[in-house]
Amino acid sequence: MRKSQIILFLLAFLVWSFLTWPLDLQHLIVGIFICGFVSFVTGDMFIKRPHMFKHISRYLWFLYYIPLLIRECIKANIDVAYRVIHPDLPINPGIVKVKTTLKSDTALTFLANSITLTPGTMSVDIDEENGFLYIHWIEVKDKDIQKATEIIVKIFEDVLRRIFE
Amino acid sequence: MNEILGMIFIVIGLAFDFLGCLGLIRLPDLYNRLQASTKSVTLGTCGILFGLFLFKGFTAAGLKAILCILFILLTAPVSAHALARGAHKSGVKLWGKSVCDKYDEDKNALSKTT
Repeated sequence: MRKSQIILFLLAFLVWSFLTWPLDLQHLIVGIFICGFVSFVTGDMFIKRPHMFKHISRYLWFLYYIPLLIRECIKANIDVAYRVIHPDLPINPGIVKVKTTLKSDTALTFLANSITLTPGTMSVDIDEENGFLYIHWIEVKDKDIQKATEIIVKIFEDVLRRIFE
Repeated sequence: MNEILGMIFIVIGLAFDFLGCLGLIRLPDLYNRLQASTKSVTLGTCGILFGLFLFKGFTAAGLKAILCILFILLTAPVSAHALARGAHKSGVKLWGKSVCDKYDEDKNALSKTT
């Protein structure tokens, strides 16, 4: 068995034991067989760089990323709630373009997801070769690439680079 | 104590879900509606599920609620992204008072050069 398959097996087994929580022998044995089969078939597709799971600093930065995401998510909801309740609908929408320096697939996925959950922004499309993201912004503050990048992407980019790159 | 906290979380979640639905009706075009529904419904549903977890504790139902929170956080933004991209590709226009559309400009430039 390769390293990536073992890591996927552990992850899948964790999810399986959450799903069938009151642990008993029957469920565990079935789970070992199913997770073994799934990780044997799809291990190489799911995890491409298994050496990254060894770095402890990545986990610590991930622990820092979770409260950051929750804070931004709550801010986004209050923002949307204000715009929806206000009688005049104070919106000023448009699609802007921002630049990112992240390269790997996982990091870009997490960046796009985080942008969608943060105040007033939603990722529409991604240009992987040049590192551009097209973002629908409910309140366009600046059309320029540089300034929009600073406002939207900067919060998450450093943290995500430390976790996934 | 846990039940009171769980109740508070469920009420907050319901309020945000309601605001998301209100936004779905009030906002002008598809992209703004997606914004409201994605954000509010993500946090609202996560709030309801977390309230359920506080009610049930570390039992079968509570842990499934935690798993559901993780899956919703991963999948809701992806589905919104897919809907927005598909709508833009098939020619759904932005709201008339929108400020700019860089995506449309870039697509036009690309189709002219090729």
